[in-house]
Amino acid sequence: MQTPRFLLALGVAPVLFLALACAPVDDSSTATDTPSSPAPDASDSGSATADPAACAADVVRTPGTLTIGTDSPAYDPWFSKNDPTNGEGFESAVAYAVAEKLGFTGDAVQWTKVPFNSSYAPGAKKFDFDINQISITPKRAEVVDFSDGYYAAAQAVIVIKGSAGEGVTSVSELQGLKLGAQTGTTSLTAIRDVIQPDSDPVVFKDTSAAKQALLNGQVDAILADLPTAFYITAVEIPKGTIVGQFQPETGAQEEFGMLFEKGSPLVDCVNQALGVLREDGTLDSIQQRWLSDVVDVPVLQQ
Amino acid sequence: MSDWRPSARQVERDATRRRLRMRSATIATVATVVVIGLLLWVVTASPGWPRVRETFFSWEDAKASFPDVLKGFWKNVLLFLLAEPLILVLGALVAVVRSTTTAALFPLRLLATFYTDLFRGVPTLLVVILAGFGIPALQLQGITNDTFWLGLFALVLSYGAYVAEVFRAGIDSIHPSQLASADALGLSHGQAMRYVVLPQATRRVVPPLLNDFISLQKDTALLSSIFVFESLFAAQDYAAYNFNYTPIVVVAVLFVALTIPLARFTDWMGRRMMRRERAGVR
Repeated sequence: MQTPRFLLALGVAPVLFLALACAPVDDSSTATDTPSSPAPDASDSGSATADPAACAADVVRTPGTLTIGTDSPAYDPWFSKNDPTNGEGFESAVAYAVAEKLGFTGDAVQWTKVPFNSSYAPGAKKFDFDINQISITPKRAEVVDFSDGYYAAAQAVIVIKGSAGEGVTSVSELQGLKLGAQTGTTSLTAIRDVIQPDSDPVVFKDTSAAKQALLNGQVDAILADLPTAFYITAVEIPKGTIVGQFQPETGAQEEFGMLFEKGSPLVDCVNQALGVLREDGTLDSIQQRWLSDVVDVPVLQQ
Repeated sequence: MSDWRPSARQVERDATRRRLRMRSATIATVATVVVIGLLLWVVTASPGWPRVRETFFSWEDAKASFPDVLKGFWKNVLLFLLAEPLILVLGALVAVVRSTTTAALFPLRLLATFYTDLFRGVPTLLVVILAGFGIPALQLQGITNDTFWLGLFALVLSYGAYVAEVFRAGIDSIHPSQLASADALGLSHGQAMRYVVLPQATRRVVPPLLNDFISLQKDTALLSSIFVFESLFAAQDYAAYNFNYTPIVVVAVLFVALTIPLARFTDWMGRRMMRRERAGVR
């Protein structure tokens, strides 16, 4: 009867120690400057003044630096050469334009890699905002905060030239094809809810897998938002072609928004900045520069 | 017999034993309650717990995602049920080839050694990706493009190498006196392998083989990278749209529900085998 008690004491000690060692401590106030719940005065100062720079100065994680997250690889035409810091590509350009309005010069912008899957994880974020072609949906907005939309993308259907999918003119004609899209995208939602194909859609982890599967003939067609589709067919898969585009008519039009930690006081500042950029035409010209040529793709009948 | 009574000393001993048993049971209970209570308190009292409960343990999201997750889980089950027999055959074959001594079979031995070295060294995920994207890219006639089967092939290749080494360890563990005895009885090397060594070796490696089998079950989730829509991928897909990780916990529960009985079975089998081999010796 002696041994079990001895063993028990031996077994309990480290567990107790472990439990005490990681006893809960609220470290959100010490680790970051961003409060985990909205501070009442922050939103007041945000809506009262029209100057986004004054609004943002005190609420960024690291004073003097704007930390922006995006996934790696960062795809064209949203970014350029997988380098968000060069200011090239639509989202990089938008991010720097917003940063400037918030009072941060190019040097004061810090980029951090945020895989899409972890961008909505609970807990303090390591970025002030994340810009990564993330569609705003009500369900997502329960967990994180979004800025106003900065782009609304149509869906494009990409096939290999000369394959079964070429010559499709309506959405219903797509039903017989084996279709694929990346997980978590509006493209996949469009397949599931709008096209509703005969066979289950093929779901990809990332765009690279989708492109490879299309090249290999493992799917007949892949869906992507129009700018991405342009880049894929123009540069990455010259054998590919866009057979058509459509705007999924499911509820409100889905737009891309910047993602924030829930309750971040920075949301209002960024929305002010986006408002200014929209009014003075900067947003349009950035879109014209990086996401042009939208006109000559046939629209698929729904 | 009926008028036997325990002596006063015996009664006292029994009472002492009972008291000690009670004491140790009480201490065990109190310690367990304290430890588990403390762990629960640490988790639930943490500042982020409401968010965590909402994101990882939401009953609504568990219910909403369950049909898709379960549909994916059948793919996992089908995958490892199909793969395991093939792996066992391949592993045993490679192990036997590596255990041969005939000079003429040297090229085969070399090939088998190269195979085990290569596929144990390359991470399973890479084998899966190479098979799933590389084989279709070859554009060969008559070979499927379906990543379910290509992924199955990759799992068999990768696990075959591990299982071959388990089998070989089993073969090596059979005492040389067994081979010598077989030789004395006039059995050829092949016959000795077939009737003397392999039956004993196989019995001996059943627990590590079941261990690999459990590992295989979990590794079927690797096929999500070649777009097999299995349970973990289905869960991640739901999570991506709803920003809620609960389905991943659901998948974990499904896997655990599958592996725990198998682990207990492995334990039981190991104990039974030990009992038999030692034939009553403790």
